[in-house]
Amino acid sequence: MSQVSTIDWQIATVRSIHVESPRVKLFTLELPAETPFRAGQHFDVRLTASDGYQAQRSYSVSSSPEPAPNPTSIEFAVELIADGEVSSYFHEAVEVGDQIEIRGPIGGHFTWSPIAAKPVMMIAGGSGIAPIMSMIRHRSNADVIKKTPMLLMFSARTEADMLFAAELESIAVNDPDFHLIVALTRSEEVASGNRPFRHLRRIDGPMIESALSNLATHPSRSYICGGSSFVEAMANHLLDLGIPNNSIRTERFGP
Amino acid sequence: MINNKFFGRKRAEPARPIPPGQYLEDGFPVLSAGPTQRVDKATWNFSIEIGDDTVGTWTWDALNALPQTDLHTDLHCVTKWSKQDTDWRGVTIDALLADAGVQPPAGFVMASSDGGYTTNVPSADVIDGKGLLVHTYDGEPLEAEHGGPVRLLIPHLYLWKSAKWIRSLKFMDKDEPGFWERYGYHMYGDPWREQRYTND
Ligand SMILES: Cc1cc2nc3c(=O)[nH]c(=O)nc-3n(C[C@H](O)[C@H](O)[C@H](O)COP(=O)(O)OP(=O)(O)OC[C@H]3O[C@@H](n4cnc5c(N)ncnc54)[C@H](O)[C@@H]3O)c2cc1C
Repeated sequence: MSQVSTIDWQIATVRSIHVESPRVKLFTLELPAETPFRAGQHFDVRLTASDGYQAQRSYSVSSSPEPAPNPTSIEFAVELIADGEVSSYFHEAVEVGDQIEIRGPIGGHFTWSPIAAKPVMMIAGGSGIAPIMSMIRHRSNADVIKKTPMLLMFSARTEADMLFAAELESIAVNDPDFHLIVALTRSEEVASGNRPFRHLRRIDGPMIESALSNLATHPSRSYICGGSSFVEAMANHLLDLGIPNNSIRTERFGP
Repeated sequence: MINNKFFGRKRAEPARPIPPGQYLEDGFPVLSAGPTQRVDKATWNFSIEIGDDTVGTWTWDALNALPQTDLHTDLHCVTKWSKQDTDWRGVTIDALLADAGVQPPAGFVMASSDGGYTTNVPSADVIDGKGLLVHTYDGEPLEAEHGGPVRLLIPHLYLWKSAKWIRSLKFMDKDEPGFWERYGYHMYGDPWREQRYTND
């Protein structure tokens, strides 16, 4: 991809705020113009205090690159970080109608397009689902005869912390080529009801190995996103399972 | 544009100014486009190419036999964190070129790493003590997730220019984009001019 022009700062308007989990809010931002992006890309946010002090952070887009031809709004899934300068501003100060400076889209390696037909594996930890959700929604919207087989392994603290749970489960139930494995790391028991299989432990090598049996072949590509130590651990599991280094793409959100 | 409800967190004054848009980080975050590479020191080597000619190749032992340089410096990552007062030990690119018996070429350099990562910088930015191959961080062997056993360090540019798991430097007449540069990141990457993305 070549971006020849400057990526300018734009003023986006907060159109809706949704409490998605105890620690994550979804923000829909309306952009001043149609802005094509690729599933997996992020935007930079810049906050400016009245004394001129500025803070910038990156947030992945969790919404789909559709509706075609180009979206005029994007969704962020912002996790509240204790003492976090920018995430706490989003959680505690931002209201519908507020304006926020953003620029993007940025990044091109951690992206996926449904044109790729070979099976893919996604591993998400917590808010690391954000860019992967964009890919999953992009896949759902794709106008193709057979959708790319996709395996999502999603690690969350508890049932309540699992972002986009209803949407993901509905895809898993209705689409035979979408496989969802959930690992709850701080949950004693699985919530009742007819839910896809949950593990009550961290994602480990054996769990990945058995999850991979859902795919006809080894994934042609694997995407891992979350906190740095989560990504590091998952990438090492994949390497240990013989998944080629150059088929693994990572996005690390924080320490 | 001012965000009325934003005041910025009260934070310790940095020892020295930090570049625009950056914040101070005490930890040492890891940012890589893929898995941490598993590099074996026993088979690792590093080479310098000028155009199509390889002018020198060094093993781990050969690198350690060259004059060692200590560097105390600040780091700036394009993902917005900066870290002050880091300590490194390694070998300057000048020392490697001298060992190979060649003059520092003009033009540009492409750094290449295990795993296929590449990044480009002007030659002038790796010579005169500005660029090092480092193997020791804070007195300890450089950890794999931070680029060990050996990474490039060009601390005056954003950290993506300091290629982890470095394997070669190729001097070339014309500038070419490396891995992130092809995805729209800046060809030069000066944090003080906030050159994050193409044409910043
Ligand atoms: C490419 C990219 C995409 C990203 N996408 C998202 C996204 O979609 N959603 C999202 O919520 N975040 C995302 N992040 C992380 C985001 O940019 C911020 O780093 C995060 O919101 C914390 O910023 P803060 O100002 O609130 O905290 P800071 O004031 O920067 O940090 C406060 C303290 O918390 C620690 N900390 C920072 N981040 C984390 C973390 N993730 N987990 C635990 N501790 C942390 C810091 O080391 C520091 O000690 C992304 C980061 C990158 C690089």
